[in-house]
Amino acid sequence: MNSLFRKEYEIPANDFSVAGEASSSVRKLLNQLGVDPPIVKRTSIAMYEAEINAVIHGNGGKALVQFFEDKVTILISDEGPGIEDIELAMQEGYSTAPDRIREMGFGAGMGLSNIKKNADEFVLESEPGKGTRVHITMYLL
Amino acid sequence: MLLSEIVKTINAEVHTCGDEMDLMIDSACGADLMSDVMAFSRGNVMLLTGLINPQVVRTAEMMDIQVIVFVRGKKPTPEMCDLAEEKEIVLLSTELSMFCACGVLHRAGIVGRGMSSE
Ligand SMILES: Nc1ncnc2c1ncn2[C@@H]1O[C@H](COP(=O)(O)OP(=O)(O)OP(=O)(O)O)[C@@H](O)[C@H]1O
Ligand SMILES: [Mg+2]
Repeated sequence: MNSLFRKEYEIPANDFSVAGEASSSVRKLLNQLGVDPPIVKRTSIAMYEAEINAVIHGNGGKALVQFFEDKVTILISDEGPGIEDIELAMQEGYSTAPDRIREMGFGAGMGLSNIKKNADEFVLESEPGKGTRVHITMYLL
Repeated sequence: MLLSEIVKTINAEVHTCGDEMDLMIDSACGADLMSDVMAFSRGNVMLLTGLINPQVVRTAEMMDIQVIVFVRGKKPTPEMCDLAEEKEIVLLSTELSMFCACGVLHRAGIVGRGMSSE
């Protein structure tokens, strides 16, 4: 099925002052489309965690968001260092975030498991040296 | 509890969205860790924090938090205030410590929602 429309966003590297703008824009769109507020919230949480990860771990990247009648698919991709051990990275509390990031209130190692908790479908593809792709699907109905 | 009463209770300074004092607030969370706010805060509309940076405002937006209280006399930066005005989030600051601000508000009837069953 073709998407109704799509949105693309740049996620700048290490620019913490705009990190979250893509998620914020998608959130606004979903609200305008009249999507159920709890679904908007779960979508916001999942996308924001992935966006922040792309900023702090992935040297920035891109977001591609496709809106369908019955679902939204979100792909957050970066060409950063990638993840060596995905199972380990998924564990709550595991984080390689530097102190600079911890001082901003992030880096507790909660993000990936929080995406899994909130997304209807979640696929994490990553390879050292090749970057990371986070696929999130949210059902709207 | 009305936001205007909360402002009096913790003797807060209002930095943004001063026209939203008739908001009703019944629950809050206190955290310096945004990771925790993202992962555990459910349905709280007010956040108390000692952390000052724009990401606090953005995290609040994602979590449907409408009021942020900065504790221990910390003040939001102009950049944070601009962002909060844009997102229609009320920024307050109080001289009280995190512990005291939470204590006073809890005694006044504000509860916590999240991991516990409160
Ligand atoms: N896009 C990415 N590129 C490279 N490594 C990543 C990426 N996303 C996650 N990781 C790795 O997985 C770990 C766990 O990620 P997760 O989001 O769960 O926690 P965190 O980002 O460290 O902290 P939090 O999300 O609580 O702020 C990260 O510390 C990092 O090592
Ligand atoms: Mg993370």
